Amino acid sequence: MTEFEPDILTFCCNWCSYAGADLAGVSRLQYPTNSRIIRVMCSSRIEPIHILEAFKEGTDGILVTGCHIGDCHYIEGNVHTDERMKEMVDALEHLGLGQRLHLEWVSAAEGKKFQETITDFVEKIRALGPNPLKHKGVEE
Amino acid sequence: MTQQETNTEKTQAEELRIGAFICECGVNIAGSVDCHAVADYISTLPNVVTSVVNKYTCSDAGQAEIKKAIRDMNLNRVLVASCTPKTHEPIFRACVEEAGLNPYLFEFVNIREHCSWIHMWEKEDATRKAKELVRMGVARAALLEPLESSEVPVTNKALVIGAGVTGMQAAMDIGDMGFQVYLVEQGPSIGGKMAQLDKTFPTNDCSICILGPKMVEVARNKNIEIMSYSEVTEVDGYVGNFKVKVKHKPRYLNIDECTGCGLCSEACPVEVPYTEFNEGIGTRKAIYTPFPQAVPLRALVDKVNCIGCGACIKACERGAIDMDQKETFSELDVGVIIVTAGFDVYDPEPKNEFGFGLYDNVITTMEFERLINASGPTMGKVVRPSDVKPPKRIGFVQCVGSRDKHSNIYCSSFCCMASLKNAQLLREKYPDTEVYIMYMDMRTPFRMYEEFYNRARDMGIRFIRGRPAEVTEDENGNHNIIARIEDTLTNEIVNLELDLMVLSVGAVSPESTEKIRQILKVSRAADGFMMEAHPKLKPVDTTLDGIFIGGMTQGPKDIPYSISQGSACAARATRFLAQGKALTEGITAKVNEDICVGCGVCVPMCPFQALSIEDNKLKIISALCKGCGTCMAACPTGALEQSHFKNVQLLEQVKKVFAYGEV
Repeated sequence: MTEFEPDILTFCCNWCSYAGADLAGVSRLQYPTNSRIIRVMCSSRIEPIHILEAFKEGTDGILVTGCHIGDCHYIEGNVHTDERMKEMVDALEHLGLGQRLHLEWVSAAEGKKFQETITDFVEKIRALGPNPLKHKGVEE
Repeated sequence: MTQQETNTEKTQAEELRIGAFICECGVNIAGSVDCHAVADYISTLPNVVTSVVNKYTCSDAGQAEIKKAIRDMNLNRVLVASCTPKTHEPIFRACVEEAGLNPYLFEFVNIREHCSWIHMWEKEDATRKAKELVRMGVARAALLEPLESSEVPVTNKALVIGAGVTGMQAAMDIGDMGFQVYLVEQGPSIGGKMAQLDKTFPTNDCSICILGPKMVEVARNKNIEIMSYSEVTEVDGYVGNFKVKVKHKPRYLNIDECTGCGLCSEACPVEVPYTEFNEGIGTRKAIYTPFPQAVPLRALVDKVNCIGCGACIKACERGAIDMDQKETFSELDVGVIIVTAGFDVYDPEPKNEFGFGLYDNVITTMEFERLINASGPTMGKVVRPSDVKPPKRIGFVQCVGSRDKHSNIYCSSFCCMASLKNAQLLREKYPDTEVYIMYMDMRTPFRMYEEFYNRARDMGIRFIRGRPAEVTEDENGNHNIIARIEDTLTNEIVNLELDLMVLSVGAVSPESTEKIRQILKVSRAADGFMMEAHPKLKPVDTTLDGIFIGGMTQGPKDIPYSISQGSACAARATRFLAQGKALTEGITAKVNEDICVGCGVCVPMCPFQALSIEDNKLKIISALCKGCGTCMAACPTGALEQSHFKNVQLLEQVKKVFAYGEV
C-alpha cells in the first residue's frame, strides 16, 4: 500500500491569497502537490453548500483563505467569512469533519506563508486519514 | 477589431464546443508538466473539440491560433491553461473578443504559478495535478455565460495624496495635461523631505534651489489645488467615481489673510525645539512659518505649546489669527487617486543603535543635512551637539536600519550616495577634516553614481569595510566617540576616535501611510511599503483600478527615480481621465425575483449599499455592486447569484476538482 495522499481543496480570494499563491509560485517555493485552488473574488462568496458538497464528493480537507482582517478588498467580507467558517467548523464537528476545514489569512506578500499553510495542512490531513465519506473506487 | 461585429452572438444555446490551449511557456511549464499528456487527456473530455499544446500561448502566434480555431472550428468556449489570470486574463479575454466570442466565455487555468513552479521536481504528480486543474476548468467553461462589461463615466479630476517631490511631479504632469488635481499634503507646506536636504547627488546642487522653483510652479499651476495641512480620512467608490473626504486641520489663522510676513513669530515669546523641519536642532516659536521657501508661505499655531498670551494677535497687522478656528472637511469627487505619501527615516533610538540616544555626538543623516544646510539652524556651520565645536574627525556608518535582519532586510538604496555626498561636502567645506565611511558594500548603481564614488575616493575620504561592533564615549569627558571596527579588507581591528558620528539611516513606511493604505485597501508588501500590481510590468499600478502609488510609498528610492515614478503615475492615471470612461466587470450580483421572498437578510451584508428592499423584493444597484459575493452566501433561498461565480459553476468545480483515480 502506498501512503495515503489527501485531496485538498483550497479556496482563494482574488486579491490577497490568490496573489499570495502566485507569489509562492514566482518564488519557486515548493509544496506538496495535493492542493487544488478554486478562485473566488472574496472569501465571503463561499457558502456552506460548497464545503458540504466538496466533503460529500470525497475531498479530504478544505482550506479557505482570504485577506487579513482590515485588508479586505470589499471592506469586511472576510469578517463574514470568519464568522461563517467558525459556525461551519462547529457544524462539521457533528459529522466528525470539523478538523478538515481550516481558515487562514494570507496576504499578497505572503508567498512563504501560503507554502507553509498548504504544507502543514496536508500533513495534518494525512495524519487524520481519508475523509470517511470518500467515494470508494467508483472510477478505479 | 475586424471580426468584432460579425459574430458576437455565439452563446450557449448552441452545442458546446470547447477549445483547450495548453501552454508550455518555454520550459517554465513544460519543464515539470507533460503538456502533451495533459492535452491528450483533455481531448477525451465531453464537449472538447480541440486540445492543443502551444510553446507560448500568449505570443502573437499563440493568440492567432486561438482566433483561427474559434473561426474554423466554431468554438464557443475557450480555455487556456498557462500562467496567472492576474497578468494574462485581460490579454486572452481581448483575444477571444477579437475573434467574436464574448470575453466571459473564456476560462483560465493556472498551471504555472500553481503547479509547475511549485512542483519542479515531481513531474508525474505535477502532470496529474495539471490534468485535474484543466479538467476542472473544462467543467466550469461548459457552464460559463456571456456577460457584458458596463461602461462607467469617469470624473476627470485627480487626487494626489502627499506633496513631496513625487506627488508634486505627478500633480504638475496631470495639471499640464489639462485635468484638475487636488494635491493633499498633511504638513503645512508642500516639498516633502527634499526641502530639508542640503545638496543632492550626484551633482551636488542645492536641494531647495532646485525644489523651490518647482514648488512655486505647482502653486502657480491653474489646474492644481493645494490642500496643505490636510488629511484624507475617507474614500468611497471605484475607478472613475471616487468620493473622498479630506480633513483640513486648523492653522488657527485665516490663510487668505496671512502673508507669511513673520511679525507674529517675532512677537511670540515661546521657543520650542524645531523638530518638524530642523530635526530638533535649534528652536522655533509657537506661531511660525514652516521654512523660508514654504508653499503656501503661511504661518500656523502650535496649539500644544502656545501659552495664549495674545502677542501674535496684536502683532498681526491683517488680523489673520483666529485662535478659535476648528477643523473643517471637504468632499471631493475624483476619477483617479495617486498615493505619494513618502517615508520616515529609520529611528535608531529605541535600540540605541551605535550609541544613538546615549551619546550626544552620534546623529542621523537628516540631522546632518540640517547642520550643513546654509539656511539651517547653524547657518551651515557643522558643529557637534555636545560642545557646539567644529568636529575634526567625522565618521559615517552605513546601513543603519537597512540590510539588517533585526530591523529591515531591504537595502534603502539612497544612503550610500547620501553619505558620499555629505562626505564630499565636508571635505570641500573643511579640507582639514578627516572623513571616514564605515560600510558593508558601497552600492552606487545608475548614471554618474560610480563616478561620484570615485570622486569621493579621490578627495581623500577614507573607507573602512566593516561597521562598528562597539561604540563608546572616551573616558576623558570630551564626548568623543570610540568606534571599534573590524576592517574586513585588512583583517585588522580598528579603534577609531571620532568627534562626530553620523548614522546613515534608511527609509521606513510611515504610520500615516499605513492609515491611507487601509482606507484605500491597497496591499501591503512584506517590507511594509505599499505593493505594486506587478514588480516589473506594473510598478506604479495597484491591483485596484484607478489607484496608483509612486516614490517612497512603493519602496525606498532616490530623487530621480521618485520623480520618474511621479510622472509614471500621472501617465497611468491620465489614461482614465482622457478617455472619460472606464469599464467595470460584469460579475455583479443578480436576483431571481421569483425566488426572493424579500427577507432582507442580505441587505446589511453589502458594504457598498448596493442592496435595498422595495415592495418586498430585493433591488440591486449594479453600479454600486463590486461583485464580492458576500450577500449571496447569506441568502437563505438561493435567489441571489453572482454572475461568473454562480453556484452551479462553483459546485461543478468542486465536483470535478479531483478525478479520484480517473486521471
